[in-house]
Amino acid sequence: MVEIPSGSAGAIPSAEVEDVELYHPKSWWTKYVFSQDAKIIAVQYSVTAISIGLVALVLSWLMRLQLAFPGYFAFIDADHYYQFITMHGMIMVIYLLTALFLGGFGNYLIPLMVGARDMVFPYANMLSYWIYLLAVLILAAGFFAPGGPTGAGWTLYPPQAVLSGTPGGKDWGILLMLSSLIVFIIGFTLGGLNYVVTVLQGRARGMTLMRMPLTVWGIFTATVMALLAFPALFVACVMMLFDRLLGTSFFMPAIVEMGEQLQHGGGSPILFQHLFWFFGHPEVYIVALPAFGIVSDLISTHARKNIFGYRMMVWAIVIIGALSFIVWAHHMYVSGMNPAFGFFFATTTLIIAIPTAIKVYNWVLTLWRGDIHLTLPMLFALAFIVTFVNGGLTGLFLGNVVVDVPLSDTMFVVAHFHMVMGVAPILVIFGAICHWYPKVTGRMLNETLGQIHFWTTFLGTYAIFFPMHYLGLLGVPRRYFEMGETAFVPPSAHTLNIFITVMALIVGAAQMVFLFNLVWSLFRGREAGGNPWRATTLEWQTPQTPPAHGNWGKELPVVYRWAYDYSVPGAAEDFIPQTVPADGGVTREVPA
Amino acid sequence: MAQTTGTHGEPDLRPAGLRGVAADFSSDQRAFKTASWGKAMMWIFLLSDTFVFGCFLIAYMTARMSTPVAWPNPSEVFALHIGGQDVPLILIAIMTFVLISSSGTMAMAVNFGYRRERHRTAMLMLLTALLGACFVGMQAFEWTKLITEGVRPWENPWGAAQFGSTFFMITGFHGTHVTIGVIFLLIVARKVWRGDFDEERRGFFTSRRGRYEAVEIMGLYWHFVDLVWVFIFAFFYLW
Repeated sequence: MVEIPSGSAGAIPSAEVEDVELYHPKSWWTKYVFSQDAKIIAVQYSVTAISIGLVALVLSWLMRLQLAFPGYFAFIDADHYYQFITMHGMIMVIYLLTALFLGGFGNYLIPLMVGARDMVFPYANMLSYWIYLLAVLILAAGFFAPGGPTGAGWTLYPPQAVLSGTPGGKDWGILLMLSSLIVFIIGFTLGGLNYVVTVLQGRARGMTLMRMPLTVWGIFTATVMALLAFPALFVACVMMLFDRLLGTSFFMPAIVEMGEQLQHGGGSPILFQHLFWFFGHPEVYIVALPAFGIVSDLISTHARKNIFGYRMMVWAIVIIGALSFIVWAHHMYVSGMNPAFGFFFATTTLIIAIPTAIKVYNWVLTLWRGDIHLTLPMLFALAFIVTFVNGGLTGLFLGNVVVDVPLSDTMFVVAHFHMVMGVAPILVIFGAICHWYPKVTGRMLNETLGQIHFWTTFLGTYAIFFPMHYLGLLGVPRRYFEMGETAFVPPSAHTLNIFITVMALIVGAAQMVFLFNLVWSLFRGREAGGNPWRATTLEWQTPQTPPAHGNWGKELPVVYRWAYDYSVPGAAEDFIPQTVPADGGVTREVPA
Repeated sequence: MAQTTGTHGEPDLRPAGLRGVAADFSSDQRAFKTASWGKAMMWIFLLSDTFVFGCFLIAYMTARMSTPVAWPNPSEVFALHIGGQDVPLILIAIMTFVLISSSGTMAMAVNFGYRRERHRTAMLMLLTALLGACFVGMQAFEWTKLITEGVRPWENPWGAAQFGSTFFMITGFHGTHVTIGVIFLLIVARKVWRGDFDEERRGFFTSRRGRYEAVEIMGLYWHFVDLVWVFIFAFFYLW
């Protein structure tokens, strides 16, 4: 092993970087609107993401209403249904989850948790938000464009995505979708570079990489992945835009549309799928890794116990991130690619289960004999673990070629990915909002409203997605506008569909309780104080709550210990903040 | 600002080799001890941009290998009729020479920048920009020639339609990079000429102090664009 000079026993090295001079806003506009403060940008990102996410929530209601009561709602025809599917998927995955985890939590937590005054490039950070907002507006413009938004499915597979049979294929829909994605990627790159450089180069004295909270590790690794994965989507979008606008044939084979031979020929639709999933699979972990990191911190803080196997947790995050770049074609077992690929990609897919399982075991072992406080963040963290295990296990089913082929394109797949990358990360988002809301606003969320929201959401989402596995095993296909007369689907499946829809409406309504709680607590919530959870990490040690511009007052914090000194034997309190110097023999370094 | 403070003349005590890497990554504050924020950001951006060009080139290779129609012969397509005979790849050779030379002038500009010889630095940056503009001009000439010969993104007279589409897309994307580089070279050259970096004048947008390091960061981008061209040259024209 390499001998690492440790910075313990007060030997904190001197500052290598001069303290930054921040841009100081001169007017209301530059303070609250065109702000260069990462904390304001984080709130802007979050509000925008949640707003467009509500649109996607309503779309899911409409889809569920159609599935439960086919033919009953005259305004939902087949075209609309596909548009709802497409927009729901794209908004939720990219414009809500990615933007909220990286743009929202990343912006707020990275500078505070690593002890920086702000992101390293505040101006680029501000641009990142406004470009993201532009992307959201372009996306939403699809709803008002002639022909409506694209209905190509969130994967936008060509050739159907640019043909006239698909809603928006020959209208504005697909153009707006592709443009919006391109703009989003440009905006994200500006922000993502900031997050990565801040973590690598902008930390406080004493804050080594192996002393960072796992939240920062998760967001950091996810951002690196996003910077390497989004280029593939960027290229795919540019090429499809050319196919549609210039009549090129990157993805378009010789094809007959409505009895008419098109001018295209010689292109490869599979190429798009490879490019898309080279982005698409890392994207799953771009959403999941920040959730992993955040949930580790929630569990450790609210179980008053150090995280079990910190080093393992860090390496598991890094290994999952690396592996996720070589598993993409498990989304393509039925695409007609070379069957020999299936063996390779099934193997790599199953290998990912190992670091993931390490993380799950470590969460459970952190809880083991901990002093568990069933606060709202803890409830959401526990709910995340069970939901994620559930979704992860069905992932093992779908990762195997022979099991995937019959289950592909059934509701089983819908159930799997909603469990693992829909519900699970959303639960973490709720938990994280409950956890950091006191820091952002200075007030606690209302506990009763929070409990109502939690139990409805947790049990409700199970009621929605658990039966979907069963529907999938029956062979109920996904993406179908209505089933019609189908011999292999029993009438009970239809009853189940109605049940799922009712639950979806209830869970959706419960989110209004959460939003109400956010607004109500802003004015009427209990005063939180600086560190209501008695947590160790730097963001709870700021001189003001909410933290002021520049975060730390005159002096930057100095870090003396890792982020998980909870319930240290012999210590006066059951937590020791990272800024407390090492003395009295109660320091615990990361176990070597 | 994110200025490298260096070791102030003290001997460098950091261990070498892999141990050094481990020591840097396990240290506090910064993982890359000699890189400022701006330089680190440019490197990471270039890594991301590498993936963009990598995807473009892989997509091109896939299209070229999987198209059912024969691919046009680049030696004939990219030949110029000079002095009564076809000279293959002559224009491309000149373009490549010009762009690689501009990397040389850029490197000299960085050198003179750190010596704080601002007029020489600015002149060399202007020369770099001029060479870059020449490159883009010759690319425009090449595009015009091919377009008059009937090459379109959706068809061409000699074979697979994907030839035109990938050619215009990839060289266009690279040409855009060069053009953006030329614009930024002019901006930075103006700042150097005016002495912004000597008096640490603050940026108009970022309000951060200007430093001669901006020249080097600009150079990183420029060398990257040149390096990408080498790959495009090899995969598109020589294959």
